[in-house]
Amino acid sequence: MIWQLDLAILTLVVIAGIGAITVKDLLGAAILFGAYSFMMCLLWSIMGAVDVSFTEATVGAGASTVFFVAAVFRTTRRTKD
Amino acid sequence: MKIIGLIVAVLTGALLIYGTVDFPGWADPASPASTHLSPHFIEKTMEETSVPNIVTAVLADYRSYDTMFETTVIFSGGVACFILLRIFRRKEPSDRLYRHVLTGATIRVKEGGKIPLDSDDFERIDTLWTPHDLIIKTVCRLLIPFIQLFGLYVIAHGHHSPGGGFQGGVILGASIMLLAISQDLRTAVQRMREKVDALLSPTGVFIYAGTGALCLLLGLNFMDYSALASVLYVDPVTARSHGILIVEIGVGIAVMATIIWIYNNLSSAGKYDEGL
Repeated sequence: MIWQLDLAILTLVVIAGIGAITVKDLLGAAILFGAYSFMMCLLWSIMGAVDVSFTEATVGAGASTVFFVAAVFRTTRRTKD
Repeated sequence: MKIIGLIVAVLTGALLIYGTVDFPGWADPASPASTHLSPHFIEKTMEETSVPNIVTAVLADYRSYDTMFETTVIFSGGVACFILLRIFRRKEPSDRLYRHVLTGATIRVKEGGKIPLDSDDFERIDTLWTPHDLIIKTVCRLLIPFIQLFGLYVIAHGHHSPGGGFQGGVILGASIMLLAISQDLRTAVQRMREKVDALLSPTGVFIYAGTGALCLLLGLNFMDYSALASVLYVDPVTARSHGILIVEIGVGIAVMATIIWIYNNLSSAGKYDEGL
């Protein structure tokens, strides 16, 4: 485990997480969630949990991002708050 | 209201972080999990189940109740999406747009109107249709079979490498979702009908639970795959390995069908007509 890499990815996780809840555009929030999941996937594989990382990459970064985009497509892109 | 929510979230987060102080250190060899459970799995998995990937053996054999109900949860998610979103309409939508393939002219068919359906000159298009990019269409058409092949590999090779039913199922489902995104939803639904999704999703759960029940019928505990030895004509250790493969296939089928089902309902708002 390289701590510099770990720190950089953890910082990106926090940035993507805060960005996803603050951004006004819901499509942007969906993409930021995808980036968050991908960073988590990298973090799992750094920790040696390759199976979890694989699941995170397929379910988190792949399928759920598409679900979010589909839901935004059918509702609205702007949030009220 | 927003401030109260923020306070609750910060408090919960602080409590959770305070709770992690009691955790054993990361990869601490003296922690209870590392002294009692892990050594057994690490030392005995190969001789008890002949599965090199310990994670797969733990998920589908030692802790198979957990995985069975995870599959059930995914199936329930698909059913919930179906019940909440699906709208049944017998009739065709009132206004439909057709495109003449050769000239590119678009015609609008009002309610009750018909076009000569026997000719392939017209194709149905969505209201928000944009011309398909040739590169995206061709690349997706070329990639989808390889993605599906990789999904099957991930399911079948879960014993030896990272992967298994969940990941392989999601990859298989994602290939159909890619078809829906790169072409349109109707093309994907034609390949994978709603009835097929709705049938395959519980079938996967049934394969999983049925394998467990078969072990019970053969005289051993629920989910003790060594009972399958007499059915598969192999020794009990190999039977456990094969039992894991059978339940992984069940998980793969359930996850694949549910993912496609949820996507179809979400992207077409339950109408199965025009979608992302």
